[in-house]
Amino acid sequence: MESVFQFIAENQLMIYLVILMIFVGVELIEKVPSVLHTPLMSGANAIHGVIIIGSIIIMGQAEDVFATVLGFIAVFFGTLNVVGGFVVTDRMLEMFKKKK
Amino acid sequence: MFKNILDFIYILSSLSFIFGIKLLSKPATAKQGNLIAAAGMTIAILGTIFLNETVKMSNYAWIFGALILGSVVGTIMAKKVMMTKMPQMVSFFNGMGGACASIISIVEYNHMLHTETGSPIKTVILLLGLIIGTISFAGSMIAYGKLEEKIKDFYLPFQQVFNVLLLGSTLAMTVGLAHGYTQSHELIYAILGISFIYGLFFVFPIGGADMPVVISLLNSFTGVATAFGGFLYDNKVMLFGGILVGSAGTLLTVVMCKAMNRSLTNVLLGNFGGGSSAGTGKSITGNIKEITSSDAAALMKYSKKVVVVPGYGLAVAQAQHIAKELESVLEAEGVEVKYAIHPVAGRMPGHMNILLAESNVSYDKLLEMDVINPEFKNTDVVLVVGANDVVNPAAKTDPGSPIYGMPILEVEDAANIIVMKRSMKSGYAGIENELFYNQKTRMLFGDAKKMLAELVNEMKAS
Repeated sequence: MESVFQFIAENQLMIYLVILMIFVGVELIEKVPSVLHTPLMSGANAIHGVIIIGSIIIMGQAEDVFATVLGFIAVFFGTLNVVGGFVVTDRMLEMFKKKK
Repeated sequence: MFKNILDFIYILSSLSFIFGIKLLSKPATAKQGNLIAAAGMTIAILGTIFLNETVKMSNYAWIFGALILGSVVGTIMAKKVMMTKMPQMVSFFNGMGGACASIISIVEYNHMLHTETGSPIKTVILLLGLIIGTISFAGSMIAYGKLEEKIKDFYLPFQQVFNVLLLGSTLAMTVGLAHGYTQSHELIYAILGISFIYGLFFVFPIGGADMPVVISLLNSFTGVATAFGGFLYDNKVMLFGGILVGSAGTLLTVVMCKAMNRSLTNVLLGNFGGGSSAGTGKSITGNIKEITSSDAAALMKYSKKVVVVPGYGLAVAQAQHIAKELESVLEAEGVEVKYAIHPVAGRMPGHMNILLAESNVSYDKLLEMDVINPEFKNTDVVLVVGANDVVNPAAKTDPGSPIYGMPILEVEDAANIIVMKRSMKSGYAGIENELFYNQKTRMLFGDAKKMLAELVNEMKAS
């Protein structure tokens, strides 16, 4: 239990950030028209691709084969998430463009 | 110095994510929003590679190799996929993010063991990231398979008990490892394996019609896994993006459930599409009446107002362009044409809007359920194109029906109903539709694209 409190004390800012972000996330999309649900989901999907930063860090630190191989796969998967996510979203939104 | 610049870059990308999501929630600015978020992501990635001091230059080749490979494959997949298959594509990319999160946890766990930098809290963060990421990966792949119609709904007896046991055992192992009750670090692979199985069985029993909700939920799972990664590296932009998606995704999931008038628990327990415990709905007897395409064409041509109700059948048949053509022909005859969009028509909210927008159907003709429902009274012909459950009156009249309580498009208020369908097969929820036996209903059997083309030709010919 002690270690939990210690963790909270040491990471106060991060935890405040989490709490605030939860509310920001809810506020941001509260009144979104249902037309945009799919693109929004897809856009959010691309944004959580920021996990790729973690994979770049493990790839960058990799010294043995184990970390190199897994790191490579992780960066590859992360890139799929980011690039695929944004491109798919863009294609969906292409459809909403006013065409004269 | 490098670190300070990197921190500044991370602030910029966090801002871009917030603005991105904000702009994405309005039709007029959505495209910019996506681009802004993408730009923020790009600088965060490049910044991490060049400015993070732990990233060794000797590994640049590997990093860029994976980045380039991923970009090429991702772009090709995203560009080539048909509009109708967008939902499964999103699910697939989401699964990739989940897999990425679990790999990070595995590597970092091993790293932690070798360097003895571990702490119980760090272990918990790592393992939670692993569990959630893996569930998201496995679940997304099943959702993908279901939407591709390669995987059928699948139940085990005592499915829920089984699921709780799986989840409970992973959490118990997590606590065990964190507290040092056990030194056998191979347990992490057991956790990996069981989370994977849990992910599979989490999605297996959920009906195909509920996949959008599930994908949205898994999307927020990956967001949470990303946030754990942020805690792990003390990386604010990961935490920021992860929590943002986690919370926005959860809300989006709830909004989607509301649109179907169902609770999230109800969706997750899989009481839909296949009916585990809910009644299967009464069977309906009666006669159906068919109509020929020339009669249907005449009926529509000489009416004042036609409302088209598109459904998944339209998407499957890729009939959005010919639907637009039908609209133009009818309007040339002075007929008012509108589209009634049910929030869950197709396989994803907004699915029909995207398809019809692709064929240049004007925005203001796509009416949402609440707006169009009162208008059906003054409508001469409703043309249902490949939709089924969203127009099933059982949702209002039959408390035993699995879709009871879901708001529907009240098409039976219209003077005439033409239902275009491939066969009498039931819709995704697997239930009969009383509407087809309605006095006012005429069935026009055939592929949506082919039949719509016939209608257009008949109208042009006469």
